[in-house]
Amino acid sequence: MSDTATLKPDDRYQQLLARLGSRSFIEGLILPALGILVFLLAWQFSANRIETSLGKFPGPTQVWEQIENLGAEHKRERAKEAAFYQRQEERNARKLARDPDAVIKIRNYTGKPTFFDQIITSLLTVAAGFFIANLIAIPLGIVCGLSAATYKAMNPIIQVFKPVSPLAWLPLVTMVVSATYTAEDPVFDKAFLNSAITVALCCLWPTLINTTVGVTGIDRDLVNVSRVMALSPMVHVRKIVIPAAIPMIFTGLRLSLATGWMVLIAAEMLAQNPGLGKFVWDEFQNGSSNSLGRIMVAVIAIGLIGFMLDKLMLTLQKRVSWDKSAVLR
Amino acid sequence: MGIKYLDITGVGIEFDTNGSKFRALQNVNLRMKKGEFVSLIGHSGCGKSTVLNIVAGLHRATEGGVVLEGKEVTEPGPDRAVVFQNHSLMPWLSVYENVELAVNQVFRKTKSRAERREWIEHNLQLVNMDHALDKLPGEISGGMKQRVGIARCLAMQPKVLLMDEPFGALDALTRAQLQDSLMEIQAELGNTVIMITHDVDEAVLLSDRIVMMTNGPAASIGEILDVNLARPRDRLDLAENPEFVHLRQQVLEFLYAKHSQPAKAAQETPQPERESAAVVEALSAEEDSGAKTGGPDSEAA
Ligand SMILES: Nc1ncnc2c1ncn2[C@@H]1O[C@H](COP(=O)(O)OP(=O)(O)OP(=O)(O)O)[C@@H](O)[C@H]1O
Ligand SMILES: [Mg+2]
Repeated sequence: MSDTATLKPDDRYQQLLARLGSRSFIEGLILPALGILVFLLAWQFSANRIETSLGKFPGPTQVWEQIENLGAEHKRERAKEAAFYQRQEERNARKLARDPDAVIKIRNYTGKPTFFDQIITSLLTVAAGFFIANLIAIPLGIVCGLSAATYKAMNPIIQVFKPVSPLAWLPLVTMVVSATYTAEDPVFDKAFLNSAITVALCCLWPTLINTTVGVTGIDRDLVNVSRVMALSPMVHVRKIVIPAAIPMIFTGLRLSLATGWMVLIAAEMLAQNPGLGKFVWDEFQNGSSNSLGRIMVAVIAIGLIGFMLDKLMLTLQKRVSWDKSAVLR
Repeated sequence: MGIKYLDITGVGIEFDTNGSKFRALQNVNLRMKKGEFVSLIGHSGCGKSTVLNIVAGLHRATEGGVVLEGKEVTEPGPDRAVVFQNHSLMPWLSVYENVELAVNQVFRKTKSRAERREWIEHNLQLVNMDHALDKLPGEISGGMKQRVGIARCLAMQPKVLLMDEPFGALDALTRAQLQDSLMEIQAELGNTVIMITHDVDEAVLLSDRIVMMTNGPAASIGEILDVNLARPRDRLDLAENPEFVHLRQQVLEFLYAKHSQPAKAAQETPQPERESAAVVEALSAEEDSGAKTGGPDSEAA
């Protein structure tokens, strides 16, 4: 850095050029940008050629319009909501002014959820499913990894249920939830529970399998050290098994979250959970000339969020990993 | 004279490797006094680690057994701490925490938190590693890791310290340094040590007795050599000491003349009378501490 300061402006310009021409710059920025550009052009070009019953397939420009539309709708809806609460408050204030003992009612706003509300719902649902799944998968994986007998017992079950599609689980989950979840004042929506449990059933397996593999693969010598120190089983798991298996557990968690997010959209479509899946389904049923564009927005949003979730897990993994030299990608 | 402290009697082991049985050890006998330093030497694969693991309790002997201070060894425990060949530190714990794990386990009830801290630091000081308390094992050199591994074992205050080629993976200079440290520590603390080594000089320099093992399968103790060099020992002085040279010569002779090839030795060794005779001789040699060497091979020669 210090030598940059002492350089003449001309040199600095040269240096900048050199940097722009350097491999890392080309690979880091230019190539991805080029890829996106080519993709957009190809998309626009082919979209114009596809006629559907709802008009032309949306190209990038139409999709951009819909993004703006959805944003505007969200703002309008929020404004309506604010106005609703303000009116309610004023009405209640007037009531109280007339008669201090009046019973005032506070109603919740029940407007249509916007695209962004639906994203939030989807994220909450996938988080719930992911949480339930790993609450079971990590401990079970540790037990399977420590005890060969348990693993042998569990293995057929794992192998059979692992490839099952969420769509097959969903009807069963729906029936069981409606039969067992009969609280008077339910905290969770049934559709939310259905989707979350379906997601959990599908994203259980990657963590379970990877945790088992991670625990089985602990260095024999480290296990022997633990035996020599006569660590109790709990301390052994906490101080040796979990740290040693953390990289594999996180590999499992990342796969699990990716699976969960993928499964979620299908589950929401069928369960009518007010999330992105339902948004796509409703637009499809709606069949207006904007529908395809709006679905395309959802597709892109789903992709971007999936990507960000993966990045989030990667960051977490790097944070907790003791092996700082390991290359994670 | 020796009050027996550690008693390995008639130990043999048969491994079951997918169906076929493999007899690794047969009739291994050794008695050790408290504070004694014994080296195990022998060709690769003869069963040295297996002997050590049986004493540690990590393997169960098929026949025979190990008695330490009147109690039979049935499972691993901190009274028989093991220094493994490749340090075996937990890579996710710092130097301090690695030792702490052992100390908390052993002294949870008997030492206060402050005392334990002091004890951990004291042991790391013994091996000259008190400057790197917060480093992770990945951030220190191989020799340093091995020092921490030794500190971890010393901190458990084991009755017997078991070392499986502790310096095998180190360069000659670092190895010499660690050998000197180990001699100092042992002189100070009086640990009872069994150390496996491939290095003849190391064996003669450090040990009170050198146990030489025959080649496997069905390996046993071939000869036991008493090393009566005065302590403290200095490697430079010893290099020209005729007794040192003689002892060294005897070990080399055992390894390269009498038991050079595993296949040849395997045909020679399974002679039960000779094996048990070797043991009797070895034991009587211990009782009669004047004897320098034990075992019929040397006398028969
Ligand atoms: N768990 C086991 N199962 C089957 N065979 C084993 C097992 N452990 C050791 N052996 C066999 O027992 C013999 C002795 O092994 P051991 O590791 O004790 O040798 P060693 O003398 O320590 O060799 P080195 O000097 O190379 O470490 C070898 O032939 C080995 O293959
Ligand atoms: Mg070995």
